[in-house]
Amino acid sequence: MSATTEYLLHLADNAVVLGQRNAEWCGHGPAIEEDIALANVSLDLIGQARLLYQQAAERIGNGATEDQLAYFRDVPDFRNYTLLELPHHSALVGYAKSNMDYGTTIVRNFLYSALMVLVWDALQKSPDADLAAIAAKSLKEARYHLHHAADWVVKFGDGTEESHARAQAALDHLFPYTEEFWTPSAIEDAAIASGAVTDVRTLRAAWDAIVADTLAEATLKRPEVRGYVPEGKHGRHSEHLSYLLGEMQVLARAHPGATW
Amino acid sequence: MYTQSFSVSDEPGKQQKPVLSTESAEQMAKFDARIDADGRIEPQDWMPEAYRKTLVRQISQHAHSEIVGMLPEGNWISRAPSLKRKAILIAKVQDEGGHGLYLYSAAETLGTGRDKMLDDLHSGKAKYSSIFNYPTLNWADVGVIGWLVDGAAIMNQVPLCRCSYGPYARAMVRVCKEESFHQRQGYEGLLVMMQGTEAQKAMVQDAVNRLWWKCLAMFGPPDADSPNSALGMRWGIKRVSNDDLRQKFIDATVPQAKVLGVTLPDPDLKWNEERGHYDYGQIDWNEFWETVNGNGPCNKERLSTRVKAHNDGAWVREAANAHARKQQQRQIKEAA
Amino acid sequence: MSIELKDWPLWEVFVRSKQGLEHKHCGSLHASDAAHALEAARDVYTRRQEGVSIWVVESKKITASNPDDKGELFDPAADKIYRHPTFYEIPEEVGHM
Repeated sequence: MSATTEYLLHLADNAVVLGQRNAEWCGHGPAIEEDIALANVSLDLIGQARLLYQQAAERIGNGATEDQLAYFRDVPDFRNYTLLELPHHSALVGYAKSNMDYGTTIVRNFLYSALMVLVWDALQKSPDADLAAIAAKSLKEARYHLHHAADWVVKFGDGTEESHARAQAALDHLFPYTEEFWTPSAIEDAAIASGAVTDVRTLRAAWDAIVADTLAEATLKRPEVRGYVPEGKHGRHSEHLSYLLGEMQVLARAHPGATW
Repeated sequence: MYTQSFSVSDEPGKQQKPVLSTESAEQMAKFDARIDADGRIEPQDWMPEAYRKTLVRQISQHAHSEIVGMLPEGNWISRAPSLKRKAILIAKVQDEGGHGLYLYSAAETLGTGRDKMLDDLHSGKAKYSSIFNYPTLNWADVGVIGWLVDGAAIMNQVPLCRCSYGPYARAMVRVCKEESFHQRQGYEGLLVMMQGTEAQKAMVQDAVNRLWWKCLAMFGPPDADSPNSALGMRWGIKRVSNDDLRQKFIDATVPQAKVLGVTLPDPDLKWNEERGHYDYGQIDWNEFWETVNGNGPCNKERLSTRVKAHNDGAWVREAANAHARKQQQRQIKEAA
Repeated sequence: MSIELKDWPLWEVFVRSKQGLEHKHCGSLHASDAAHALEAARDVYTRRQEGVSIWVVESKKITASNPDDKGELFDPAADKIYRHPTFYEIPEEVGHM
């Protein structure tokens, strides 16, 4: 598998995992209007995942398909950021159950889409034409996702005492996971070396600025980060991905080879 | 996606009586004349209290059905067996949320706020379509809901596009545009499964076995047993009778089932040359009424899920309000 | 002073499609303020189509003429578009109504 193909899988896995998480709110949102908004975000992400997996499948050849990649790879094969696989609540072990918290959902979407507007913007200049095309389309969507999430971060941070507390708690919980955006990885380094892909580390200052602006308006505090840095993009995940994929893949795997 | 094709009184047993005491005969006559001329009644027009009440109930029941209807299908989003089907299903469930919203919007033009309508739903006072009180037990249920439930909804909704109340008719036009899409997608998904593995075919047949009779009951009891049908017909709200809609649905669906290769679970289903329609078996109306009145397999689950979403979301709604107020104060301060 | 509404206020949505000549009324939605209403309208009424123009107006801010001034079906109380109880601001002293 070429370096760029591996990188495509990283992007696709990010999109499918976060698309899966956001879709969990369908029918349970805090207002119908919000249900519809979040479904739009989820649809965009699934759409991105499809395009990326299709590209990867083409390059892998041998009859590979988007669904094979999404449904028949195992946890260690997945290259998504750990941030995206976390359930919509505070830190709990893999088999604990808890209510979904909209603050967690929004803060996570904010942190990720702030990154992706920068990543897609850079990638639309990639010499890899297919990747550039996907990037151009995804950029428009990511801008909307950022706008939606940032607006809510501000409403929560500068809303009621309860919403402020929830948003700060979500930030304290999730922000450390973003450290993974900036760590080196063999796949990214190879893709960068091939010339197809921008080094995401060059985007860090811009990301910090977006985050700082929104947190300031939201009167929220950026947490300190120390200690363990997640390794999802290396295939070493949290306890949560196994449950997420278990649910996502169960039906397809029960009928291998079936067409839907 | 769906309303019951009958107006269930929120207080069963209480008959709907038109209140004429405070309404002038002249206004009533003009109102009747417009209805008879197939004209539209708009939010600012004079209307009999009973017309307003009937519409609020029917439109809000329809809206509640769309919102509750998100749940049986939403149950399969996370496990959709392909990314394409997952996307189609999310889009469909999202459309249903949107339809609920258009309908609450139409109902609000009659003077009832959305929070009042939601309170009535959550307290169990308001009804929603019976079909959503059944569980979705395998992936084929999603396709069958698209084929049969949306199919039935379309039968009911197309005539409503011509109903006398403007905002409701216009909401229905918008809904119908999106709905036919849903039915086609559901049917297409089933076609693929019926051309697939034995296990897939068995799934589809199982879903049809469980859902067929419930779909027939969706159209509501025979019109002789529907006290509000007559008034609805008089006022251009209800255009076609329950039995006629049900018959139309069966006649359209039997050939579709043949193409799919599924058996409809009714040994009495038979073409009647004389009538020019399909004869069909007896619907279990006892079971239907039990379900409508809250004692079906999933009523409690559906309702408490909606109540939970609403309650859990209160802090979010309040945060938005609080922020809006703060912004307002800031703007006032700045202007000063 | 204003009433503390449990729910978000109601907004009317007008959309001009890409090829359209004027804004058409599509319906309403609830949102906490104008910016929020615009975003929601994009999601609900245009599914984020490109090139559409959206107007949102708080429902209670709309003043309407009476459709049948020639006296057909005329309700003198209706210069508001809806007969919402919440459209009419009641002074706090009057209490719950």
